[in-house]
Amino acid sequence: MTSIKLPAALSGTRILGIGSYQPETIVTNHDLAKVMETSDEWIRDRVGIVSRRFAGKDEKLTDMAVEAGAKAIADSGLTPGDVDAVIVATCTMPSPIPNAAAQVAERIGVTAAPAFDVNAACAGFCYALATASDMVRSGSSRNVLVIGAEKLTDWVDPTDRSTAIIFADAAGAVVVGPGDEPSIGPVAWGSAGELADTIAIADRNSSIHQEGQAVFRWATTQIAPVAIRAVELAGVELSDVDVFVPHQANLRIVEAIAKRLRSKGAREDMVIARDIVESGNTSSASIPMALDHMRAAGEISSGDVVLLMGFGAGLSYAGQVVRCP
Amino acid sequence: MSNEDIQKGLAEIVEEVAGVAADDVTVEKSFVDDLDIDSLSMVEIAVQAEDKFGVKIPDDELANLKTVGDAVTYIASKA
Repeated sequence: MTSIKLPAALSGTRILGIGSYQPETIVTNHDLAKVMETSDEWIRDRVGIVSRRFAGKDEKLTDMAVEAGAKAIADSGLTPGDVDAVIVATCTMPSPIPNAAAQVAERIGVTAAPAFDVNAACAGFCYALATASDMVRSGSSRNVLVIGAEKLTDWVDPTDRSTAIIFADAAGAVVVGPGDEPSIGPVAWGSAGELADTIAIADRNSSIHQEGQAVFRWATTQIAPVAIRAVELAGVELSDVDVFVPHQANLRIVEAIAKRLRSKGAREDMVIARDIVESGNTSSASIPMALDHMRAAGEISSGDVVLLMGFGAGLSYAGQVVRCP
Repeated sequence: MSNEDIQKGLAEIVEEVAGVAADDVTVEKSFVDDLDIDSLSMVEIAVQAEDKFGVKIPDDELANLKTVGDAVTYIASKA
């Protein structure tokens, strides 16, 4: 019988580089209070955000993805020619086709590469990272560019104070490549489709609708156990985690999950990502952008054990332990 | 468990979640108007009360619990 050959699986994968991009325009809570019934104090209390950035009308989601992706490749020390696959995690493309990944790949200089989008909303980056890691490990690709990019302002009602104060625009990216020492752990992931309606854009003429209490309850009770599962799958202890980078959904959700992790053995000095304070909720971009900002601020060092945890519309969730490059 | 015990336990939760002194958490108080507790803190209080008293407090029921007394009565009826 003729046998089908497979490439030999690699021993491990790692993050080779990180990059991110935010639009120029900073929008403060005071700016928002001029166009809707809200206040700086109300917004800080509810979601912990002080300012966020909005893309201009002419700045596309793919423009932001190109910026972040090119920076991640430069940071990895590779050239675009070394990258042989591109995944874009996004849930806010202005049109269903074409996807973002193919045009972003071409503009960055990764030509004729396999390129596709992943829609797992705010969990999208961790889904795409897991997929990229498995592609590299199985031998399907050598170096994969993973980008989370969102232009949420295209899908938000600017006068809806329950959503317009939260969501913002940005892109974040990493390059995943082979590593002798495994530095991207197995993914803990799943979904809760019975709660699909709690975060939704109903149709092409609708804006994002979110059932705040239901989502808050789910995120603050159901996500910490998944994060702990990711830690167990990686064969490390919660007390080994140096840095916790959850999706930047709402500062109160971030703090609530961190508190649960600490009650289960995470260290008091575990660094918590709080990038939301000055970036807002940028869905799939939030985790790679937080990594990039925290590294620039000296809050993360090379070799740190970092726990990533994405969760959001679907509802869907994914988390894994990685080592900071 | 007596209503007094439920109120005492609930007051401890409210103090921990919202920083309101437990002594101020009396039956006639409105969570929103008197104790200044927002909708997300109400969810945190509900989640902790579920663990403490072994009851379910779904969001649609939670919306009807305006006062501390409402919550005590609800928990007592389900426990």
